[in-house]
Amino acid sequence: MTLTESVFRGPMLPAAHGDEVTTRAVAAVTHKFPHAVRETIAFRGEQTLLLDTAALVEVCRFLRDDPGLRFDVLTDVMAVHFLDRDYEYEVSYVLASYPNNAVLRLKVRAGGRMGRGNVPTVTGVWGTADWQEREEWDKVGVVFAGHPNLKRILMPDDWEGHPLRRDYPMEGIGA
Amino acid sequence: MSFKTETIEPGTELMTVNMGPSHPATHGVLRLILTLDGERVVKAEPVMGYLHRGMEKIAENKTYTQFIPYTDRLDYLAPLSNNVGFANAVEKLVDVQVTPRCACIRVLVCEMSRISAHLLWLGTHAVDLGAITVFMYTFREREVLYDFFEALTGTRLTTSYTRVGGLARDLPAGFLDEVGRWLDRFEKELDEYETLLTKNTIWIERTSGVGVLSPADALDLGVTGPNLRASGVEWDLRKARPYLGYDTYEFEIPIGTKGDVYDRYLVRIEEMRQSVKICRQAVKRMPGGPIDVDDPKLVLPNKEKVLTQMEELIHQFIIVTEGFEAPKGQVYSAIEAPKGELGFHILSEGGPSPYRMKIRSPSFVNLQALPKLCVGSLVSDVVAIIASLDPVMGEVDR
Repeated sequence: MTLTESVFRGPMLPAAHGDEVTTRAVAAVTHKFPHAVRETIAFRGEQTLLLDTAALVEVCRFLRDDPGLRFDVLTDVMAVHFLDRDYEYEVSYVLASYPNNAVLRLKVRAGGRMGRGNVPTVTGVWGTADWQEREEWDKVGVVFAGHPNLKRILMPDDWEGHPLRRDYPMEGIGA
Repeated sequence: MSFKTETIEPGTELMTVNMGPSHPATHGVLRLILTLDGERVVKAEPVMGYLHRGMEKIAENKTYTQFIPYTDRLDYLAPLSNNVGFANAVEKLVDVQVTPRCACIRVLVCEMSRISAHLLWLGTHAVDLGAITVFMYTFREREVLYDFFEALTGTRLTTSYTRVGGLARDLPAGFLDEVGRWLDRFEKELDEYETLLTKNTIWIERTSGVGVLSPADALDLGVTGPNLRASGVEWDLRKARPYLGYDTYEFEIPIGTKGDVYDRYLVRIEEMRQSVKICRQAVKRMPGGPIDVDDPKLVLPNKEKVLTQMEELIHQFIIVTEGFEAPKGQVYSAIEAPKGELGFHILSEGGPSPYRMKIRSPSFVNLQALPKLCVGSLVSDVVAIIASLDPVMGEVDR
């Protein structure tokens, strides 16, 4: 599953080119997966695509493999827990295309009224998702379905609960 | 976890050995569960979390300004660099541009802490492989750097130097001249360190061809910083996504060819030279003017006036106790820290503190390459590989 062909080695392209590629990527995903894109958000020069959870892996694979886009790196995964929304979890993925110097954020929502609190794993697309998803599950409790090794990474193995949930007190439970 | 032997196939007996969490070569509280076939590593499983302090939970309960001291304790070998990374992220969220003097000072301290962090890596890496002399030299130089940091921030380690929209204080008198003199001296020192290692046969034997990370694996695992560049990938956020005016400085990005421990050594050595070059340019061009943005809602008032005038005292009290109001939104802002891409991913729902903040620490992500690099190598090489990846556990565990 690793990127074996045409690995990026350099040189870096200007950031302005990258921003163009990001805009192109947003358009390409919207065009190719019209039912998967719920919303596009632009804030402080960052582009975000809010996706249907079911389409996440397919979109990620497309963004990675499309020769004009090549989002070959998953930079960051952040999960957020909500108590007062239709959904329980929101997971953000920061993608980077080193060959194009582009950045793009994907977001999915799960849990609550949106059904089970499961998000499909992207470990099959980027190897780095392994630890990053483990960490987010450990802290927030969102289950990454299909993850090969979803166990504690920062908290002790016998810890109960997920400390970054909104209903988890700052002082800890039983303190 | 008990020590046990297991048999997978007849004639092959594997042994499980626990390395760490308090082992001098694991650079902090990293624990490795090694499965060995004789001297060869069959499997290596890192266990982290011994230094977990719940930084991200703390961030949700502090104002942005109150969180700055916590960033010192991420990568505690380059606290100034973390301060800058966090301030940059919050400034992106509230949409302010720092003054030219502030940006230049931030560049200067970032590069000085890069040198400081790389010196620690060099010293400990050499000790791990038995070259104790190098350690003495690099720690002598680090003392000088700590003196600079102390003159600048008041402390050696927990600097908390940046503020949202500015800095805690301006440069002390004579600081730039002193730094300039030190830079001239340090460049010669670097050559001296290199004479101890770069062509040293034992050093080359221990590092060359050991722990090879291919560029494809490095990208797949999200490895960043010198570790990525040593694998031959030309990628540096200072050039790719210039912040603080890095595009106006002249410097080069050293890259490796083989991605082994020796290449990671060479890349970091050269990075120190490039940092010297950047520092020199920053010292030379240091612009005048204020260090803080002109935004009374964001920046604390002048200290002298706080102590003498009622309005300023109230003003300071309100900013300190209530913080400032950040807009709703989500930003990801990253800098090229000594270890790699240090990102702050902030989700704001308005109010004075983040709703959720993820710290994308380079050491955590880089460490994921460790099991892959260790498999097939000798136990003694594991020590070299850990040192060459240069993880710092304060940042891994957060």
